Amino acid sequence: MDIKNFDMGDIDIAWCPGCGNFGILNTLKKALSELDIEPTNLVLVSGIGQAAKIPHYFRTNIFNGLHGRALPPATAIKAANPALTVIAESGDGDMYGEGGNHFIHTIRRNPDITNIVHNNMVYGLTKGQASPTSQLGFKTPVQVNGVFLEPFNPIAVAIALDAGFVARAFAGDMDKTKEILKKAVTHKGYALVDIFQPCVSFNKINTFAWFKEHTYYLDGSHKVGDRNEAFKKAIETEKLPLGVFYTNASKTTFEENIDTYKEDRRPLYEREVNVEKLRDLLEKFETLI
Amino acid sequence: MLGKEDISIVLCGQAGQGIQTIEYVLTRVLKLAGYNVFATKEFMSRIRGGMNSTEIRVSSEPVSAVVDRIDILIPLDKDAIGHVKTRISAETIILAETENISRVSKQSGCVCIEVPFTKVAADIGDKIYSNIVAVGVIAGFLGVDLQLLNDYIRKYFSRKSDDIMNKNIEAAKAGHKLGCDLTDSGKIKIAVKPDANIKDQMLLSGAEAVALGAIAGGCNFVSSYPMSPSTAVLVFLSQHAKEFDIVAEQAEDEIAAINMAIGAWYAGARAMVTTSGGGFALMVEGLSLAAMLESPMVIHLGQRPGPATGLPTRTEQGDLELALYAGHGEFPRIILAPGMLEEAFSLTREAFNLADKYQVPVFVLTDQYFLDSYYNTAGFGLSDIKAERHIIKTGKDYRRYELTKDGISPRGIPGYGQGLVCVDSDEHDTEGHITEDLELRVKMVDKRLEKGEALIEDAIPPQLVGPKDYRTLVICWGSTYHVVDEAIKNLERDDVAFLHFKQVHPLPKETVSYLEIAEKTIAVESNATGQFAKQIKLHTGIDIDKKILKYSGLSFTVEELVVKLGGLLV
Repeated sequence: MDIKNFDMGDIDIAWCPGCGNFGILNTLKKALSELDIEPTNLVLVSGIGQAAKIPHYFRTNIFNGLHGRALPPATAIKAANPALTVIAESGDGDMYGEGGNHFIHTIRRNPDITNIVHNNMVYGLTKGQASPTSQLGFKTPVQVNGVFLEPFNPIAVAIALDAGFVARAFAGDMDKTKEILKKAVTHKGYALVDIFQPCVSFNKINTFAWFKEHTYYLDGSHKVGDRNEAFKKAIETEKLPLGVFYTNASKTTFEENIDTYKEDRRPLYEREVNVEKLRDLLEKFETLI
Repeated sequence: MLGKEDISIVLCGQAGQGIQTIEYVLTRVLKLAGYNVFATKEFMSRIRGGMNSTEIRVSSEPVSAVVDRIDILIPLDKDAIGHVKTRISAETIILAETENISRVSKQSGCVCIEVPFTKVAADIGDKIYSNIVAVGVIAGFLGVDLQLLNDYIRKYFSRKSDDIMNKNIEAAKAGHKLGCDLTDSGKIKIAVKPDANIKDQMLLSGAEAVALGAIAGGCNFVSSYPMSPSTAVLVFLSQHAKEFDIVAEQAEDEIAAINMAIGAWYAGARAMVTTSGGGFALMVEGLSLAAMLESPMVIHLGQRPGPATGLPTRTEQGDLELALYAGHGEFPRIILAPGMLEEAFSLTREAFNLADKYQVPVFVLTDQYFLDSYYNTAGFGLSDIKAERHIIKTGKDYRRYELTKDGISPRGIPGYGQGLVCVDSDEHDTEGHITEDLELRVKMVDKRLEKGEALIEDAIPPQLVGPKDYRTLVICWGSTYHVVDEAIKNLERDDVAFLHFKQVHPLPKETVSYLEIAEKTIAVESNATGQFAKQIKLHTGIDIDKKILKYSGLSFTVEELVVKLGGLLV
């Protein structure tokens, strides 16, 4: 499908010049157009933050909800109409901080959605406070002595919860990120793609150059089906691995577990109240069987 | 002894002693035998132990409210009589084993009749059958046919082994004989008359009526976090999810629950959440989101006493103002408050239609007393069941927030039509994209508030019960309908009427005309500050003269209201 179908035309984009978000926006458009996903059949769900503005720059159905709350509506949208392709996308503060509980339980629930997290290790929209993934010692106007909270490791958490697809990408490498995103979107079940993204305004430590220097790609020798191996890779800190850490294709999705869809694939909006069954049910309160 | 046509039977004992089984089996047997029956319980927030009681009223006339008086008390524990001592009078008959009869009963001058429930059960095989012996005794002295009792016990225990089923039948039979002996010997006289029509009526609880109303309203998505007293609605919908194409999900927290429900509406489902005050407190930002997205939303809020954890298993009407003012920003909402089971069904159903039509949040405000009480009632009408849908198939140039005269923009959903559906928690343009155009902001606020006018026009009017030329008007809302009704009937005054509100917000426009002609107005509310009376003052300028308020955690009783209302009448 022509990538232009996703273009919004001449719009005002709120991101800083040079922001990693631009690369992610274009890469996601490319990945989805190569997968032939129609804008009318796609829903981009986001929370709040700079990354969470991405749906507004994308010609498709969008649900820009509350801070930290992208995953619950994304789960429900997919559950109400499983034919839709649903992507929940926000930043590290939104998904891992404010929305941390939903992150954990959405993985457990395993809806067939893709979860993209722009991870720049800092809060951009509120101007430079620490995020859950900020590195130890990272100084900010609030964390005046530097961050002393253990950084949140989304990859390790997702693998610990046996998420069906766990990957990390780098916004500075569009080609590889695109391939990872395509795999994530086509994966049946919950898929996490954490994307390292430099913040040019508020993170002077974790820059493009820093990410280049501190990352490497997992090669063919890494067995994506081996959870223990994946976990070992997830907790490496000296150099941070990129690529697909772990996949488990055997999991049943949330929608597959819902009785409503077991014999009938129609979305909920096509269904009417079954008055006959309701009459039968009401009768049981008369006969008290 | 007795000889009344309306008796109140109270069972009291520890949690885990099987009071619930007695209540469940007995009320069903009585309904099937054609008796009017009402049951309500008060219980402590614990799984075992404590002291709980259940009141079962059996009457020749329909009864639907709790009374203080105890005509027959069955204490199942030595502390039971102490727990209900203020309700025991010289008219009370206590049926008990010797060890459960305490000094309290002797002081009050009531009649104690020893009934060896446990011994009879033990003779059958196990003292565990003593509950069914008790069921048998009550059914016996009320004159319930033994065959009917046996048939029900057989059905009730049909999933158990033959041995357990037969022993329970034996227990019921032995109890039934004891019960018959009580009337034969003249120790108990019963004048309650059955009515064949009652056999065809429904027997159900408030929670069941709410859940059935949701199904009738086309609810096909429920996401919630368990919280007393609202959990029963989630349980009921989950149990019937497969039958009625409902996606039922226990969310990780109430925040997830309401955000899921909003996502579900966005994608074309008809969603609800069911919660109590503390859980709803967590949903408040979601309520505000529903308002900004102009998403329909149905919230069942089963109240219990707060603040904070409060009294988890008790009742209160303390969260009206919470429901009214929850959510940052200004937006319209509807709050419905059923007073009877039929209304719990019809108003919950209507909540879905109103939410969909106006794209606003709609509350169904109940409380523990309402949800946990049940009685027989005529069947619910199903002839007009039609989930009104207001979803459109989108065209290519669809704009979700198109500015219209009445503020309502046609609602499309993703994947249905050629258009795109964009919704945003930020202030947005007509397409649904983020904007800081401040002129447009004003238009969008006006658009959202514009719907409020139509909500007032469409408000469900209050119900006047009693003489039209009343001098005193009693005002109540929600769960207090039946108790106020019975209390006023007992007062036998031709100058007192009551006005029951089923919709408490927006205030129905008829309100003023009812209040204006009253010489005296009295508000009855289960809260400490008269929250609804304050709303009346705010919206009509009329002060309610007197307030009868209760916030102990227990419902008003008929006798209590007779005394309190009587004291305020000249």
